[in-house]
Amino acid sequence: MSAVHPTTAAAPAATATAPRGGWRMRALLPAAVAVAAAIAGPLLGPYWADLLVKVMILSIFALSLELLVGMTGLVSLGHAAFYGIGAYATVLGSGADGGNLIVLMLGAMGAAALYALCVGALSLRTRGVYFIMVTLAFAQMAFFVFHDTKVGGGSDGIYLDVRPTLGGLGLESRHVLFYLVLAALAGTYGLLALVRRSRFGAALAGIRVNEQRMRAAGFATYGYKLAAFVMAGALAGLAGSLLAVRDGVVNPELLSWHTSGDVLLMVILGGMGHLRGAVIGAVVFTLLKELLSTHALMGPLADHWQLTLGLTIIVFVAVLPQGLMGLAQRLGPPIGKGGKP
Amino acid sequence: MSAQPLLSVQGLTRRFGGLVAVNAVTLDLRQGEVHAVIGTNGAGKSTLINMLSGEIEASEGRITLGGQDITRQSQARRALAGIGRSYQRTTIFPEFTVHENCRLAAQAATPRPWALWQAARHCADSNATAAAALQAAGLAADAQRTAGALSHGAKRQLEVAMCIATRPRVLLLDEPLAGMGAEETERMLALLADLKPHHAILLVEHDMDAVFRIADRITVMVNGTVIASGGPAEIRNNPEVRTAYLGEGH
Repeated sequence: MSAVHPTTAAAPAATATAPRGGWRMRALLPAAVAVAAAIAGPLLGPYWADLLVKVMILSIFALSLELLVGMTGLVSLGHAAFYGIGAYATVLGSGADGGNLIVLMLGAMGAAALYALCVGALSLRTRGVYFIMVTLAFAQMAFFVFHDTKVGGGSDGIYLDVRPTLGGLGLESRHVLFYLVLAALAGTYGLLALVRRSRFGAALAGIRVNEQRMRAAGFATYGYKLAAFVMAGALAGLAGSLLAVRDGVVNPELLSWHTSGDVLLMVILGGMGHLRGAVIGAVVFTLLKELLSTHALMGPLADHWQLTLGLTIIVFVAVLPQGLMGLAQRLGPPIGKGGKP
Repeated sequence: MSAQPLLSVQGLTRRFGGLVAVNAVTLDLRQGEVHAVIGTNGAGKSTLINMLSGEIEASEGRITLGGQDITRQSQARRALAGIGRSYQRTTIFPEFTVHENCRLAAQAATPRPWALWQAARHCADSNATAAAALQAAGLAADAQRTAGALSHGAKRQLEVAMCIATRPRVLLLDEPLAGMGAEETERMLALLADLKPHHAILLVEHDMDAVFRIADRITVMVNGTVIASGGPAEIRNNPEVRTAYLGEGH
C-alpha cells in the first residue's frame, strides 16, 4: 500500500492526534485477500488448492523471517532450522493414533522456540556478517543431527503414519487443511501487524535503524532482539508443523541452508520492511519455481530451473532493489497495488 | 548549586592494550552546574563520556550516581537511572519523524513490550514527553518532518532533544556545537542554560568562547590525564593550560 504505508516499522505520523483511520485502511487489503481466499479455496481444483496451501505455509515462514530481517534488521541464514524442527516435532510427536493437531502445533512451536532461544542467546552477541555465519552454523548443526542420526529416520526422513486430528475433523479432507492453514496465516499476519504498531515493534525498528542510540536511551536491546528471535523461531515452527501435516513426510532437506536461502529470497523479493512483501515474495517465488520447472513451458530448460530461477532473481533484484513492494510504491497511489495479494 | 555531587567519578581509567586513553580521572558533576571538559583531539574526552554512559567498561575507578555505585551497570540501566548522553557524530533515527525520534527515546521509561495490543503512536506518556522535549529544544514546528531531512544544526538540536526525552538527571553532551553556525550556537547555548538548573551537565566542547561563557567548572585533559580543573577564570590564567592547550589566542 503505497501512499499511507510507512517505509519503516514505526508509523510516520506518530502523534497522539494522528487519525486512527490509517491503521484500518492498512488492514483492509490483507483482510479482503484473506476473505477472497476463504471463498475461492473450495472452488479451486486439487492442483491449485494444493499449491495455494503450500504458498500460504511458505508465507507464514517468510513472515516469521520478516520479523527478523525487515523489522529488526537481523539477517539470519539459518531460519530453516526452526521450520525443520517444527516439522520434525510434529511427526515425532504424532504417535500411533495421530494425536491432536493443536497440541502438536503448539509443541512444534515450543520446540522451535526453545532452539531459537539457545541459538539467539549465543548468535545475538555477534552482528552483521558474523551473525549470518553463526545462525548458518547452528542451522547446519541441526541439519546434521537429523541427517546423520536415527532420531528422525536419517537422510530419508520419516513419514507421518497417521494424520493428526483436529477435534472431530479429519485432515484427510483438503478443505479442513486449507482452512486451518489460512487461519494460521491470518493469525500470523495479524500478530505481526500488532507487533509492528506496538511499543515492542517501535523498539525493534529503533534497533534496526540505530541500536547504539536505543541503548543510550535505556533499552536493553539484547533482550528485545532475543524476544524477536524466539518469536520468529516459534512462527517458523508453526509453518514447519503445517508443512509436515500437508506433506505427510519430513526430511532433513527442510533444515538445509537452501531452505534458509529460499525464504530469505522470498523476503527480499517481496520487499523487506513490509508484511505483505513477505507474502507477495512467497507467492512470486513459488510461482516462479513452478513455472520455470514446467516442461510444457520451458522445454529442456525446465530441468535446469535452479539456473533460470537464479537469473530471474538477479534481474528482479537489479531492477527492483526495494522488492515488489517498491514497485507498488513507485506506481504510486492506491491504484498501483491493485492486483497484488 | 547543591553541595552534594550528583555524579561522582574517582580514579577512572581506561586502557586499550598498552595505551592509557583515560588516566585516573576524578571529577564531580552537580545539579545546576555545567562542567566542561576540554582538551585536544585524542585527549580522552569521548572515552570518558563513553565510560560514564556505560558504552565501554572502565578498567579502573569508580562512578557513583546519587551515592550509588554504577561502575558495573549496563548502559541501559544507567540510562534508566538518569544518565542521558548525546553523541559527537549525530546519532539519530534518520528515517523516522522528528517526533518519533524523541517518542522512541521517551518510550524507554515506559517500555511495556508485552502490551502488543497497544499502539506505540498512541502511547500517551512517551508522546507527552517527546512533545515537551521538542518544545524545549525548539523543534516543535519540525515534529512531523523526517529527521534525516533536517539541517545539520537542527539534527544537533534533535540529538539533545532525544537525550532530554529520556528525562535524565545527568546530561553528557559530546560536542553539541560541532559544525554549528553562529545563530544555531546561540540557540543551543540558550537551551543549555534552560536545562542547567535541573540537570548536572558534562559538556565536551571545542568552541572555547562558548565553553568560557557557559561553564561553571572546567576540567582540562591532555593525553588522558587531567592537568587542571577549576573555575573559568582560574583555567584561563593557568600557565600550564595556556601552554598545553589554549595557545596564544587566549
